[in-house]
Formats: sequence, C-alpha cells, structure tokens
Amino acid sequence: MPHRQNRLGRIALRWGLYILLGLFALYYLMPLFVMVTTSLKSLEEIRTGSLVALPRDVTFEPWRTAWAHACTGIQCEGLRPYFWNSVMLAVPAVAISTLLGAINGYVVAQWRFKGANIIFSLMLFGCFIPFQVVLLPMARVLGMLGLAGSISGLVFVHVIYGIGFTTLFFRNYYVNIPVELVKAAKVDGAGFFRIFWAIFLPLSLPIIVVTVIWQFTQIWNDFLFGVSFSQAGTQPITVALNNIVNSTTGVKEYNVDMAAAIIAALPTLLVYVVAGKYFIRGLTAGSVKG
Amino acid sequence: MAPILEVKNLVKNFGATEVLKDINIAIEPGEFLVLVGPSGCGKSTLLNCIAGLEPITGGSVEIGGQDMTHVSPKDRNIAMVFQSYALYPTMTVAKNITFGMKVRGLDQATQERKLAEVAAQLQIEELLNRRPGQLSGGQRQRVAMGRALVRDPKLFLFDEPLSNLDAKLRVEMRSEIKKLHHNLDATMVYVTHDQIEAMTLASKIVVLKGGIVQQIGSPAEIYNRPANLFVADFMGSPAMNLVPARAVANGKGVRIEIEREGGDTLILTDKEHSGLPENVVLGLRPEDIAEKGFRAGTNVQDATCLVDMVEPAGADTYVVSKLGGTMVTARLHAETGAKTGQMIDLSFDLSKVSYFVPETGERLN
Ligand SMILES: Nc1ncnc2c1ncn2[C@@H]1O[C@H](COP(=O)(O)OP(=O)(O)O)[C@@H](O)[C@H]1O
Ligand SMILES: [Mg+2]
Repeated sequence: MPHRQNRLGRIALRWGLYILLGLFALYYLMPLFVMVTTSLKSLEEIRTGSLVALPRDVTFEPWRTAWAHACTGIQCEGLRPYFWNSVMLAVPAVAISTLLGAINGYVVAQWRFKGANIIFSLMLFGCFIPFQVVLLPMARVLGMLGLAGSISGLVFVHVIYGIGFTTLFFRNYYVNIPVELVKAAKVDGAGFFRIFWAIFLPLSLPIIVVTVIWQFTQIWNDFLFGVSFSQAGTQPITVALNNIVNSTTGVKEYNVDMAAAIIAALPTLLVYVVAGKYFIRGLTAGSVKG
Repeated sequence: MAPILEVKNLVKNFGATEVLKDINIAIEPGEFLVLVGPSGCGKSTLLNCIAGLEPITGGSVEIGGQDMTHVSPKDRNIAMVFQSYALYPTMTVAKNITFGMKVRGLDQATQERKLAEVAAQLQIEELLNRRPGQLSGGQRQRVAMGRALVRDPKLFLFDEPLSNLDAKLRVEMRSEIKKLHHNLDATMVYVTHDQIEAMTLASKIVVLKGGIVQQIGSPAEIYNRPANLFVADFMGSPAMNLVPARAVANGKGVRIEIEREGGDTLILTDKEHSGLPENVVLGLRPEDIAEKGFRAGTNVQDATCLVDMVEPAGADTYVVSKLGGTMVTARLHAETGAKTGQMIDLSFDLSKVSYFVPETGERLN
C-alpha cells in the first residue's frame, strides 16, 4: 500500500511540474504571440479587437511598411537601409573580434610569457566596464581617428569592447589543450602563426560558434553605442527601430511597430536556430583529446 | 668519435626553484641513453632543455659537435616523442607524419616516399587516413614514433613514450623500440620512471634525483655497483636489501655483525673487503642470497635465519627474514621447503656485496 501511494505521489509531482513549466512557457511566449498577431492585423482591427485575439484578416501590409516605408523622423524609407547598416557593422565587427580573440586566447593559454596572467586579468576586467563609462572617451578617440559617425567607427568600438569576451572564450578553450601539442609542432619546425592556423584554428569550431553567436547578439542588439556614435545614414537597425516607434505622428501604428521589432530581432533569432546546438556543445565541450 | 650530444654544466631554474643542477652528460653515436628517476625529478625538463623547448639557465648543449644552446628546436636536428603523443587532432595520420616535411618545404614526391617508408616500417599503412581520435593507444604510439622517424634526425628524444599503454602492450612496444634502435643505428635519449624499462633498453643509464645526477653507467654497472643508497634502492625489483650492520676489521677481511630481534647476532665474514668504517649499510640483492648449497663461490657465507614470510612467485620463491631491523628478501628456487616460522640455512654471496655510509648514502667499496 505505501508503495502504491509513493508511485501516485510521484506521478502527481511529475504532472504538477509539467503544468508549472507549461505556464512559464506560455507566460514567456505571450509577448511574442501578441507581437506576431498584432503585426498581422490592420489598424482598424487592432482598435476594435482584443489584444490576444488571432487576426481575422491576415495582412502583410504592416511588414511591407516597416521594411520599406515607415518614417524615422523626416525620412520614410523603412528599416531597410538601417538593416543593411547593421549587417555592414555586425559582420566585420564579429569577424574581427572573433579572430583577435582567438589569437589572444592562443597566446595567453599556450605561449605563457611573463605577465601573461596580468594581461589576461586586465582583459577580463574590460568585460565588466559598463558601456556608459567609455562613451565620452570613446567619442574623443573616434574623433581623433577621424572615424566619428562612420560605420567603421562603430565596428572599431564593438571590436574593442568585444575582445575581452572573445579572448576569455578562446583562452578557456585552448587552456585545455596539452602544451605538448605546441612543443611537437615546434620540433616539427612550425612557428607561431603556422601552429595557430594549422593546428589550433581547425580545432576551434565549437568555440568559434559560441563566440560568433555571443558577439553577433551583442553587436546586433546594441543600442547605446549605435545611438551615441552614429549619424544620419549610418545608424544601426536598433536606433532606426527606436525612431520609427517614437516618431510616428498622429495615430500610433502598433502593427508596423510590431513588424519592425520582429524584423530587427529576426537575425539573432536565426543565428540561434542555425547554430544553437553548437552553442550548447561549445559551452560544455571538455578538453580536446588528441 | 665525437659525442652526438654533450650537455655541460646545465642548470635550469623555474623562477626561484632549481630544477636541474649542474648536469653533465655525453652520448656517443648509436648509444641508447636512458634517463631514469622518480616522478618530478626533472627528467622531462632536461629533455625539453636538450630539445630547446625550454631555455636553460646555465651551461651549454652541443648536438653533433655544434653548440645548440641558443638554437631553436627546429634547427637542432632532433625528433621527439611525447608522453601524451601530442598528435595533431584534426589531421589524418598521414598529415601528422608529413606535417614537419610540409613545414620545411620538402617536395610532394619526397614526402610521399618517406611516408610510405615509415608506414611500412611501423606497419601503420592501413591507418594513414584515420584521425588520431579513431586510434587505440598503441596505434597512436606508433604514429607518434612515425612522426619522429620520418625526420631522420641526429638524435631521438623520447619522453616516457610507453607510460600510457597497458602492461602487455608496453612490453611489446619496448622490444620494438629496442629493435628499431638496432635497425636504425640511431642515437636516442629516452626518459622513463620505470627502472625495468631503463635496464632493458639502455646502453647507458643516467639516474636522476631531485635534479642531480646520481650515477651514470651501463645497466650492469648501475645494477651491480650502485653509487649510493638511492640508486641501490631505486634500481632493481624486488629492491636491493639494505641492512644496517657493524664492520669489524678481521685480518685481511672484515667481520660483519647484523643485529637480530631476540636472537644472536648474525655474523658474516667478508674476505674480500676491508677498510670499512664501523657503521655501514650492507647492500645485497635478493638473488645473491640463496638456499644453502645452491650458491658456490670463494666469498659465500652460510648462516641460519628465521623465515618470517614465504612468497612464491612462480619461477622463484621469495623468503623474507628480519635482519638488522629491516625485512631482507632472499630469492630461492621454486621448490624450496622453506616454511614461515621455521629456520633455514641461507648462503650470502659477499662477492656481490655493496657497502654504503649510513649518513651520506655514499658507496664505500
Ligand atoms: N613550467 C614549469 N614551471 C615551474 N615549475 C615546473 C615547470 N615544469 C616543471 N616544473 C617543476 O620541475 C620539476 C621537474 O618536473 P619534470 O621535469 O616534469 O619532472 P619529471 O619529468 O621527472 O617527472 C617538478 O617539480 C615540476 O613541478
Ligand atoms: Mg615527465
């Protein structure tokens, strides 16, 4: 009898857990649901219908408007030009910061020189400096370099800010690789860069994926640097999204705002879907066995 | 002939820690030198210094008659096999073996010819397209050897290459390395903590402890005439019996008195040695103590001892008796009638004896 009770108790517990988890999932999915449905409704339907109702007549007009016609202040070109700004910003910034992080991590983990630990600690410290603190000095530096207001300037800022994280990722990955690997390659005659290209980089796919996802999400979603260091024509999509939502005159076009927000978020979502399983694998990857 | 390798007054410090102290070693062409010592004594560090992978704090390293002290590893004309094998994980076996040649810019045809040679020599032809992760420990070991062989260097360096293999494979690979050395007529420096490996492979052994060379000699010299108590104890299995004793001058020889618990003193008369101090440590290998009648010689002494333990080991039977406060092992024939708790007559072959100073451990005779 007590055995049976025990079993029932376990089943009840299990179901309770599922229901609780389901509720949490619903709670988190609710905003996305509202965004998607609202973006597919006409303004008329939004005014008259309920917030959580499914659209009666599905329309893609708000998406077209958000992409190509919505006004960001006086210009009405939609998100499109800013989307490409963000691409031109994120792709080189992610690539450069990842590559530099890989080389840094390789040096700090495998070429232990005097002061390597101090340099690594300082880089780690860099990860924890709040964005706001660097705004003014960074503006001066960009001005002096002649990069103020340009996309190259933003790439520069994001590369600098990202190096701490990317170095940390790669260093922690490479530190598990036995030092004898470098020694063997040295005896084989390979030098610093040869060993990096031929031996370490090919080993690094999981951690490259982790770093790219992390950096891409950071850079694509960044607003503060974008709004601080860009000017008309070089603004990233996050800044444009803000302008679209805040500069509508007259009636607020919630459906367009929602569509614009989804468009702005789509690339990061895509990166997760495509590379997500490597992300988990990369984060949990143990030492590399030769 | 000029030595292939000459290490002179080599000193290596890591920060304030002295890891190697005044090391002097020379190797003739074709020699198989084994560096043996307990874990942490500086064997790998010494090998890395010879390879140029660690800068040295003092002294010099010459290879092939040239001063290589400040030359980078790739130009030292060496090849090295590592304990963890250190195979390049993303490259196939073939690429692992040819990587060095590729880096040095050898042409494709030469690379392929040498690869084929080495693969045949080590019987790894069918593994060439696999990755290291798909190989067993023994196979990885072979590939690591292949990577070294293909270099055709002046000097081979091995850092405990067999220590990650299981016992059976280790013995197999051991004889294979020995064969290889013979066939190639190569010069090798081989690091191990396993004294049996050292004895079986070496033409010359260097015993290292705490970064200091304890003794250099042929396996027979090291085994029969250990330079100090450490070497005596470290080399040989079961270990040499080291028994505290009193030496009393006795004509041309010496009378050895060994205390026994609750019994009379064991007295042996050594006719060959003299001039010993009063307190000594007597060293005698288990095989130099036999059952009475099984050992003949001019300096063999018989004595009756109490059997404290009998350990049959197949081919031999070990008999343990407590003498001078230590357990003394004698290696008897398998059919001995020795029984625990009974007395037995043993023959001590004092022509093989070593005497040491108890305080310093130095050899006396
Ligand atoms: N890179 C290093 N930094 C500091 N100490 C080291 C380093 N490498 C080795 N040691 C120290 O040097 C000593 C000898 O090490 P090692 O040569 O690896 O010994 P073995 O190979 O004989 O086991 C050890 O005490 C070890 O802790
Ligand atoms: Mg070692």
